[in-house]
Amino acid sequence: MTDSASRPPALHRAATYLHKRPWLRLTLLLALPVIWLVGVYGGSLMSLLVQSFFRLNPFSGVLERVISLDTWNTLFTSANNAVIVRTIAMAAAVTIASVIIAFPLAYYMARYATPRVKALLVLAVLLPLWSSYLVRVYSWKLILAAEGIINWFVGRLGMQGVLEAFLNAPVVGGPSLSISLFGQFVVFVYIWLPYMILPIHASLERVPRSLLEASADLGAQSAFTFRKVTWPMAIPGVVAGSIFTFSLTLGDFIIPTIIGDSSPFIGLAIYSYQGVAGNLPLAAAMSFIPIAVMAIYLTVARRFGAFEAL
Amino acid sequence: MKSRAVLLLTALAVFLTACGSGTSDDDGSELPTEVGEGEGSVVIVAWAGYIERGETDPAFDWVTEFEAETGCMVEVKTAGTSDEMVALMTGSTEYDLVTASGDASLRLIAGGSVQEINIDLIPSWDTIDERLQDAEWHTIEGKHYGTPYVSGFNVLGFNTEVFGDSPPDSWSVVFEETTLPDGQSNAGRVQAYDGPIYIADAALYLSATQPDLGIEDPYQLNEDQYQAALNLLRGQRELVGRYWHDAFIQIDDFTNEGVAASSTWPFMTNVLQFAGEPIDKVVPVEGATGWADTTMMNSNAPHPNCAYMWMEHSLDPKVQGDVSAWFGTVPSVPAACEGNELLGPDGCANNGSEQFDEILFWKTPTDDCNGTAATGSCVPYYRWVTDYLAVIGGR
Repeated sequence: MTDSASRPPALHRAATYLHKRPWLRLTLLLALPVIWLVGVYGGSLMSLLVQSFFRLNPFSGVLERVISLDTWNTLFTSANNAVIVRTIAMAAAVTIASVIIAFPLAYYMARYATPRVKALLVLAVLLPLWSSYLVRVYSWKLILAAEGIINWFVGRLGMQGVLEAFLNAPVVGGPSLSISLFGQFVVFVYIWLPYMILPIHASLERVPRSLLEASADLGAQSAFTFRKVTWPMAIPGVVAGSIFTFSLTLGDFIIPTIIGDSSPFIGLAIYSYQGVAGNLPLAAAMSFIPIAVMAIYLTVARRFGAFEAL
Repeated sequence: MKSRAVLLLTALAVFLTACGSGTSDDDGSELPTEVGEGEGSVVIVAWAGYIERGETDPAFDWVTEFEAETGCMVEVKTAGTSDEMVALMTGSTEYDLVTASGDASLRLIAGGSVQEINIDLIPSWDTIDERLQDAEWHTIEGKHYGTPYVSGFNVLGFNTEVFGDSPPDSWSVVFEETTLPDGQSNAGRVQAYDGPIYIADAALYLSATQPDLGIEDPYQLNEDQYQAALNLLRGQRELVGRYWHDAFIQIDDFTNEGVAASSTWPFMTNVLQFAGEPIDKVVPVEGATGWADTTMMNSNAPHPNCAYMWMEHSLDPKVQGDVSAWFGTVPSVPAACEGNELLGPDGCANNGSEQFDEILFWKTPTDDCNGTAATGSCVPYYRWVTDYLAVIGGR
């Protein structure tokens, strides 16, 4: 007993159809993101993993699509282990230094700055990110150079001895700041600092003033308050920022080519194996080292409650 | 319900991944028989400074006229090493041409990244130096895979203020610890190329200083010769401040970091002298490695007609002379040496045209010693990469 005049409009019919089938609603909503995540992202990781099980023929160097563990066996050579240790050590050092530098600034921005000053400071922190990454790194190469401004300044202050001591240090020293791991460390800290300041600032802003007042009322000294109240509430922000600095340093291959003494880092090693040797299996196997390191790091971060705020 | 939805989505995603693109083999296309209309642009992978349009120095411009005549706008993608060039060209559908050195060209041909060219479509082919027309790095069984561009040497660049009246004449200043004429050690003040083909430079040095190793061709090394070269490079690692990769970063290092000596290209020493820096170059007594570059065409070039037009243009004597004046190279077309203002009457000789036969040009080390011995007699290139990376890392 239906005629076309009394049928509800198409949109209503579609809405009713979907209302009765919640699983279809969910499917349509999630289709694109899941295809992207599983298909594009997960799929490419899977194909990378599969590549690492292939190998190069030891004589001709031609890629053989034969499943074997040869490549994984050749991954952990003394040279590659040194690369991995060096990269992790640099990432850890950069993270710790970033926290030490970022925390006081974020604390000031969150607790003491008037709204106007806070806005200006946030702008100042973000401003370097508006310029090109390469431009900033090249500028630092000139700043740190033997003929650069830091050397000149140190000379004017008569403090060459201190600089010499730095440069003569084993492992991290070098002929000049720009050709040393120490200089590279400085540039890394500078580049990733905004990514550390902002999460800490965000987490410190959420510490309620009333909690600190209550703590003072109960007789706690300010250092005690900091240790027991502020710092635990800031930890999620610190860990979030450290995830940025750690993972970004772990994978970076541009800064080591411009600043530093050419000691290979993971990113450079992967680039060399893939781009230079065409040794895709070894490059793929090596790509899993940062993934594994970050997986461990994130698990530890979760223990510290970094994701509780989510 | 939820789990059913997720299951459906995951199945869909996996299905799509499984149906992913397989590698499509190119059917052996026949050689083109004529050069048609220009497509409006041409993209070239080249060394820095190879393709100038007057932006660095207005006198050095061999692009603007070409663009005006043919309508093919030239776009350049610079690469720092041959390995980068091979990586860029493999499977690419973006680039038309590449100026590949001998250690890349054979890999490109073997990998199917470049196509055979029809030399009948290049009117200036016969003007090319005969020694280069059928060179082993771009001609396989009579098939030509590119047009020779220019060739040059890896010279020893040095700071004239450090060396004063006694300029260096041996690679020993970069390979062994010595006190330089200015009274200080060379440790931390030298550089080396960060491409693995540099192992051949070490082998070349050893062929002069340790003749009982029996090194005849620095690109064909047996295990003992190879290990000796690596040991020399490990010693060199203590002296090298930074390994150079990018031409302009090295120029900056010579200017601002007090580098005393390094293997370099005449391009860098020319630019530095032009800027008034106290840098000079020399080909040491042990000889030098070099590179003879070939303009090769991508198997999947998006602009083949413009590519052929550029290859023809690159053989024009004026272009050859200008490139050689700028980069410090030897032209592939002998006629370019005469009457070129920028090159001058002695330009070719200064750039080493007389020593052409003595230079050991880059070629890819293969495990059968470039076809001259049994498989496994020589150390193949992919091992050079792994071991050189280890040397740079201090192992």
